[in-house]
Amino acid sequence: MHHRPLPMEPAMKKLINDAADLVPEALRGMALAHPELRIDLQNRIVFRGDAPVRGKVGLISGGGSGHEPLHGGFVGPGMLDAACAGEVFTSPVPDQMLEATRGVDGGAGVLHIVKNYTGDVMNFEMAAELAAADDIEVASVVTDDDVAVQDSLYTAGRRGVGVTVLLEKIAGAAADEGRNLSGVTEIAQRVNASGRSMGMALTSCTVPAAGRPTFDLPDDQIEVGIGIHGEPGRRRVPAASAREVAEMLVEPILADLDFTGGDGVLAFVNGMGATPLLELYLMFAEVSGILEKSGVRVARSLVGSYITSLDMAGCSVTLLKLDDELLRLWDAPVNTPGLRRGV
Amino acid sequence: MAETVDPEALGRWLCAFADAVRDAADELTALDSAIGDADHGANMRRGMTAVVGKLESAPDAGPAALLKSAGMALVSTVGGASGPLYGTLFLRMATAAGDRTELDAAGFAAALRAGLDGVVARGKAAPGDKTMLDALVPAVDALDARLAEGNGLRDALRAAADAADAGSDATIPLVARKGRASYLGERSAGHRDPGAASTALLVRAAAETLG
Repeated sequence: MHHRPLPMEPAMKKLINDAADLVPEALRGMALAHPELRIDLQNRIVFRGDAPVRGKVGLISGGGSGHEPLHGGFVGPGMLDAACAGEVFTSPVPDQMLEATRGVDGGAGVLHIVKNYTGDVMNFEMAAELAAADDIEVASVVTDDDVAVQDSLYTAGRRGVGVTVLLEKIAGAAADEGRNLSGVTEIAQRVNASGRSMGMALTSCTVPAAGRPTFDLPDDQIEVGIGIHGEPGRRRVPAASAREVAEMLVEPILADLDFTGGDGVLAFVNGMGATPLLELYLMFAEVSGILEKSGVRVARSLVGSYITSLDMAGCSVTLLKLDDELLRLWDAPVNTPGLRRGV
Repeated sequence: MAETVDPEALGRWLCAFADAVRDAADELTALDSAIGDADHGANMRRGMTAVVGKLESAPDAGPAALLKSAGMALVSTVGGASGPLYGTLFLRMATAAGDRTELDAAGFAAALRAGLDGVVARGKAAPGDKTMLDALVPAVDALDARLAEGNGLRDALRAAADAADAGSDATIPLVARKGRASYLGERSAGHRDPGAASTALLVRAAAETLG
């Protein structure tokens, strides 16, 4: 017996019973906490209670679990109609997506919101083919906003991260306004094209089934350019001040897309799961300072942990270039467990 | 051993693959933790356990029905990228098998080729991208070549299994261009691709049970 855990082999301390039951047990708790939702425990789908909404375009998303509140926490009026939960960091399967698609189809078609990961994209593709065989009209939008990944023939393309949250909100508002499937899809694609993100980790996350941290990060180092599954990032650098970290995140975003002019930006500072809101607000101040110096006007903001990576500490920054339409849709009421205002 | 592949033989093949996946699950997961997300072994084990369960509940199915049921079970239980890729492999084999009650050597090879084409269409990868195709493409090529030279199915499948092993070995120095491993860029070199490793097990299981 060690008197204290070795630094590279920390014991896993988590609020779980059996790692294999984590996702279904969490969904059961969500069902008890949110009677306004209808949760299909068999298929692991979170539906809004009144789905399908007649005549409204249905919005579904889904992905591996471990990113909460994304996606199940964003189900409700003004956002998603349903979300499929996979195992931790593993895409859901087409059967779930097909069942969700059928459950939210109010006759106006269904939009699939997919984060750009190989597994998610393939499973949603198969689900869309199966839904087409059911005569349900399906369109898809794939988010790929992570500037840490080179978008080239030599990678699976950029990962879908923070923009996914903003897209689910804005496309949800567009569907609520009664737009048709191609109209909602166009808005969703515009959000993805107008947003960029970059993230960093102070610590790795620990996947419950694995029982130990996904990567070893020494106490004096941080990982810059991480994804949301504990993937290692672009580079590892010595731990730095919040001001320096803000620069490391914002500069590659501004280098990738011109955010000056127009109707300003939505600036989103997101926690990775284990970083206090106190630090996230401090980061927002640093990010705002850099944006002001760069001639980028912050029109709207979002600060908090909305797309997480289990118990990883760290943050990501997402900027979304706004126009008056996106601004109005962002400001529309929303009523979900993870995002609620104006109701 | 027979030169034809009937449903019973297909069942033996799938059970042998399920056994191999179960035995190698920890190793596949270790490979995946180096360059992916550390779930390939557990996911494939869950999927192949479901496939074996389907075989037991429908013992009298023809080749197409059996392959389709295996493909659907994988798609429904594996998740990630491996579910759609392995699922599509078997679903396309089912379509190629048509309404035949058994496949001759050429028919089995043609079905496997159709499965390979399905994996290419689904995953949009090419040989050299450090994926399961790096084992599957040389295996199917070797199978076709040996059969064309007049070898029996068993010998041809052994050559295919050797080619799949060599293809899996050859993924070690490659830089990944598809899947989650591609985010690592140059850091993905020096590790065997877990999908190529499980595909080599699939072809080896065929060599040990068919022909």
